[in-house]
Amino acid sequence: MAYIELRNVSKSFGTGKDKTEVLSNINLTIEEGEFVAIVGFTGSGKTTLINLISGLLMPDEGQVLFKGEPVTGPSHERGVIFQNYSLLPWLNVRNNVGMAVKEAFKKMSKKDRNKRVEDYVEMVNLSPAIGKLPKELSGGMRQRVSVTRALSMSPDVILMDEPLSALDALTRGNLQQEILKIWNKDKKTALLITNDVDEGILMADRIIPLKPGPKATLGPEYKINLERPRDKTALNSNDEYKRLRNSIIEYLIQIGEQRSSKKETTYTLPEIKPQIKSTPFRRLSFS
Amino acid sequence: MKDKSINILNFIGLGFFEPAIRLASGEETKKNLVALFKKIVLPILSVGLFLLLWSAGSSHLYNIEKEFRIEKAFNERGEAAARLERSCIDSGSKDCQITTLPSPSQVWVAYKSLLADHASISAKKDAFAEKVAATNVKRAEQGLDAITYTGRPSFVDQIFTSLKTVFAGFLLALFIAVPIGIMLGLSESLRSSVNWLIQILKPVSPVVWLLLVSMIVNTLGKNSDGDSSFTISFISVGLCAMWATLVNTSMGVSSVDKDYINVAKVLQLNIGQKVFKIILPSSFPLIFTGLRITLSVAWMVLIAIELLAQSPGLGSFVWEEFQNGANDSNSKIIVAMFVIGIIGFLLDRIMLTIQKFVTFTEET
Ligand SMILES: Nc1ncnc2c1ncn2[C@@H]1O[C@H](COP(=O)(O)OP(=O)(O)O)[C@@H](O)[C@H]1O
Ligand SMILES: [Mg+2]
Repeated sequence: MAYIELRNVSKSFGTGKDKTEVLSNINLTIEEGEFVAIVGFTGSGKTTLINLISGLLMPDEGQVLFKGEPVTGPSHERGVIFQNYSLLPWLNVRNNVGMAVKEAFKKMSKKDRNKRVEDYVEMVNLSPAIGKLPKELSGGMRQRVSVTRALSMSPDVILMDEPLSALDALTRGNLQQEILKIWNKDKKTALLITNDVDEGILMADRIIPLKPGPKATLGPEYKINLERPRDKTALNSNDEYKRLRNSIIEYLIQIGEQRSSKKETTYTLPEIKPQIKSTPFRRLSFS
Repeated sequence: MKDKSINILNFIGLGFFEPAIRLASGEETKKNLVALFKKIVLPILSVGLFLLLWSAGSSHLYNIEKEFRIEKAFNERGEAAARLERSCIDSGSKDCQITTLPSPSQVWVAYKSLLADHASISAKKDAFAEKVAATNVKRAEQGLDAITYTGRPSFVDQIFTSLKTVFAGFLLALFIAVPIGIMLGLSESLRSSVNWLIQILKPVSPVVWLLLVSMIVNTLGKNSDGDSSFTISFISVGLCAMWATLVNTSMGVSSVDKDYINVAKVLQLNIGQKVFKIILPSSFPLIFTGLRITLSVAWMVLIAIELLAQSPGLGSFVWEEFQNGANDSNSKIIVAMFVIGIIGFLLDRIMLTIQKFVTFTEET
């Protein structure tokens, strides 16, 4: 039985003339312990897709199943790392994480909860900043808090919505490794939304492109049969890696061109900051 | 130490002293001299210019009034009377004092006389309290009310009465507007159903609120004796001033960032937790801005309301002086004007400081 399953899922926003069908006929299955990455252009509906799985949104048509049961709303079993951190600005790191721990482990004693918060903050090397407010943290640190908050609830699945898109290349690389390390520890099922093909290849077992909307559907999947742990620099000279990378990018360029030839679509500039080129290849980022 | 005191000054809104401190510690002399000039010297100059214009204006008005009187005496009673009038005015005698816009120095004199008056009244009060202390103890044993001083209040007493009224009105506004604002913010249908009512009531003048409140309070208070003017004035102040808080609270609550709402959903907070842990904290900056406006409106309408309601305070002080028409009445009114302005400014500063203390800022 599939762990997460989307069956013919469609989702639109608005009514009447303003109605836009964002996602159309999405089919996706994720097995337990799998790490799946989805790449796609800005506005194609990636956040909508992850919200459907987390239960923040309900599909108009089709079904979202989690462990065989229809998803009816958010649940602690599915942790979410939001696109823009979504930390509560009036709470410090301890309390942002603490709030999640308190909700997920209602019966736990206060002392144990505190310990759990501290352990998880330690895990992402943020102990010195535990008393700080989000505004006092750098982007990378905020994202670490966001990751910690999601993981501290001990979810069965971790849903990540472009968690690293807003970070500079160096911080991004570090956090990729950290997330992988944590994932590797108990092999939780993970869904990663990303705008970076390299990131997807480095982290995931499978990459699935999301075609540009409206009426976005999933493209063909690419299995990543590279051995873990994967090393970024070593990968650059790996033939399988090069082949995968090229075919995914080619596919994305092709559907990108299809999109630009469609009249009604609008262009959106990628919402990413300039990045240091961390690989000798031409680096293509999609968002 | 230096940076700490600068931070404190900035925090309580006295940041304009910053260049003076930096200068004193010999830091970037030239840059700080310019800043000092801009932030301290120029404001002082402008105050000086204001005083200059004021005293020129008042002496001009004085002359107009004076010439008018002499002319009048001449036309009515002849040249000798006119000469007499002129010398009487020039001698500064009380019989033919000219009342017009007082000069800065007259106002200063009036200010000092008000302080002296306060000192003598407090002395009287203390003496009275001492005299009746023994009697009051006895009365208390017999279950009677204590005898209190009932003489004329001093100017400083009036200030405190006004502050008390404005504070009571502000608290009333707070306890009405914030809960209602939260409810309106949470429910869109509630919001749209009372929207018209709010839009219509919001611009109603303080005077009308006062009349309305006194209609109600006078009827309700028929059986109870005692002075209802304080009740009437603080309720009116509260009702006039609460709208900013009401509107801001409902706006803040209804426009909470969708991301935070999503966090609440993912954490599966219940409705109470959602309100107290997510919605209220995130709308706090807006609520507080509303409260600040409420306090300054309350202080502004208070004077008018006290004046009309005949309840003790700065407003009735101004009104009594205006009717009294003594030599220095006009000067005292101007003193009251400055006191009202300065207190209003201080109240706003206090609110600003509290606001900085209790609300978060999203970015640095
Ligand atoms: N709540 C909403 N109401 C109306 N339109 C929405 C809403 N959420 C998303 N959309 C629209 O759906 C499309 C996909 O959005 P989103 O899923 O956020 O894209 P992505 O995350 O891939 O950038 C966009 O065109 C966006 O304008
Ligand atoms: Mg998105």
